[in-house]
Amino acid sequence: MSYLDLRDLEKAFGANRVVKDFALAVERGEFVSLLGPSGCGKTTVLRMVAGFETPTAGTIRIDGQDVTGLPPNRRAVGMVFQAYALFPNLTVAGNVGFGLRIAGTPRAAIEARVTEMLALIGLPDLGGRYPFQLSGGQQQRVALARALAPKPRVLLLDEPLSALDAKIRVSLRTEIRAIQRTLGITTIFVTHDQEEALSMSDRVVVMNGGRAEQADTPFEVYNRPATRFVAGFVGTLNLFEARGSGAGTAMLGEVAVPLPAGAPAGTGPLALALRPEALHLGRAPGRDVVLPARVTEVHFMGSVIRVRAEAAGTVLAMDTFNRPDAPPPAVGDATEVSFAARDLIVLGD
Amino acid sequence: MTRALAWAAFLLGALYFVLPLVGMAEFSLSMRREGYSLDAYASVLAEAEFQRTFAFSVAMALVTIATGVLVVVPTAFWVRLRMPELRPVIEFVTLLPLVIPAIVIVFGYIRLYNTGSWLPLTGTAAGTNLLLAMGYTVLALPYMYRAVDTGLRTIDVATLTEAAQSLGAGWGTILGRVILPNVLGAVLSGAFLTFAIVIGEFTMAALLDRPAFGPFMQRLGQDRAYEPSALAVIAFAITWGCMGLIALVTRTQRHLRTGAR
Repeated sequence: MSYLDLRDLEKAFGANRVVKDFALAVERGEFVSLLGPSGCGKTTVLRMVAGFETPTAGTIRIDGQDVTGLPPNRRAVGMVFQAYALFPNLTVAGNVGFGLRIAGTPRAAIEARVTEMLALIGLPDLGGRYPFQLSGGQQQRVALARALAPKPRVLLLDEPLSALDAKIRVSLRTEIRAIQRTLGITTIFVTHDQEEALSMSDRVVVMNGGRAEQADTPFEVYNRPATRFVAGFVGTLNLFEARGSGAGTAMLGEVAVPLPAGAPAGTGPLALALRPEALHLGRAPGRDVVLPARVTEVHFMGSVIRVRAEAAGTVLAMDTFNRPDAPPPAVGDATEVSFAARDLIVLGD
Repeated sequence: MTRALAWAAFLLGALYFVLPLVGMAEFSLSMRREGYSLDAYASVLAEAEFQRTFAFSVAMALVTIATGVLVVVPTAFWVRLRMPELRPVIEFVTLLPLVIPAIVIVFGYIRLYNTGSWLPLTGTAAGTNLLLAMGYTVLALPYMYRAVDTGLRTIDVATLTEAAQSLGAGWGTILGRVILPNVLGAVLSGAFLTFAIVIGEFTMAALLDRPAFGPFMQRLGQDRAYEPSALAVIAFAITWGCMGLIALVTRTQRHLRTGAR
């Protein structure tokens, strides 16, 4: 059995079912992100694991123990909140040692653990400060240390980086992941930021309408999205409305394209997609499909140039690296777009 | 022109409030014919009844504050956390002591808890003291509830509660170690207001026949000339002392919150 096992979870507020048939098995030490738009139920799942919400149906097991009916203070689950939630009346050391004091840990052991935690988060000298004397990033580090100090069985992170500015977010997510790896603690991370989820996680669960649409590694979720929603939500996507022509091919406008293995063999309408980085402006070796195109937009962004071009009845976005010896195309240029048929993503429902 | 009119209105208002106080203070110092003295104050402070009634009222105030904190803080916390839809109802209930006169409340108490009732609290001094403390708690309820509720509004009650819960804290620990310390300024404001109300309260103490400071002030006013003014100045100083402490505590809290981004 998995270390954290969520089985057939449901949560309804009145007639509104916000989580439906949710199942997830998390291994010990794994870092799993719940990713989805606002209102998809990801925070509700996290709050059910923490014990702040009671599931309408289903079970939650941690290390084999059924905790579904246990109150939050008896689950040994640490949580970090978006709004830090540090106790304003306590110093940094007081905050970090709070859980240990509640557990009746001897004073010397508390002091040792607080020192260890402050060193872990890189704030060894700030134990005497109050939360209002810290920056947002420092406060969130302290919140992380506070959650980790009592050695919880599972760490829950509820959009912990959302309130921070972009630069701090990037550095802190690296730190959080490094700390998680060091301690080997099983972690559930809730975010609506796909970059955070993809860069930090062992696995990503993409949620929509209270259901898990796909739970897989970031590589698989990005490159082989299981549903149309996942494909559209994670990363930028070019969509083609194609038509299957039997025998493993589809028609993109007037061009016949071989489909990847496992694609539906019928002759009906077919939704195909391509990531911007799979498209190439002009012909290139290994790109077996070539479509005539017309450039409609050019965005020069330094090292990368994002080009939009109309081809096969749709507007495609593609990224190319800047080359000092080759100026970017101009709007209105007639050109060709090529890609490898194996990069096509066949979208399900 | 507008500025001058504003200053004139302010000065008139200030004179309206200050002149009677100045007159009273001046009269309280005029016990000796040959000049000002503190004889009236010395006479009041030397009164055994002053000390006894003042000590009684202080004790009642402390009991009232403790009861008020024990009743109001958990109630306001729970309403804010779990039953926000009940807030208007609770606010209405806490406002009732302002619209129902103390004399009505105390006659209701006497009717309900007299020696012939199922709970004869007025039959003993301790029982009547308890009844008086409960009455004072009711009288102070609008001030205590508002002060605590305002304090709770300045902190993220729900998230702090959940953070404490996730660290293993039960409800008692959450209230005692997380919520109360963070609304201490508001609780102290409510406590000082309660203290000021209890020290000067007359109706309940007189009708329940308890040896409180309010009835003592009234009796002194009947028998003496200068001492009542001195006593009024003392009571006024106590009230203003409480107000000053509220301002001091509030300022300290504001300073902390300004930094709490």
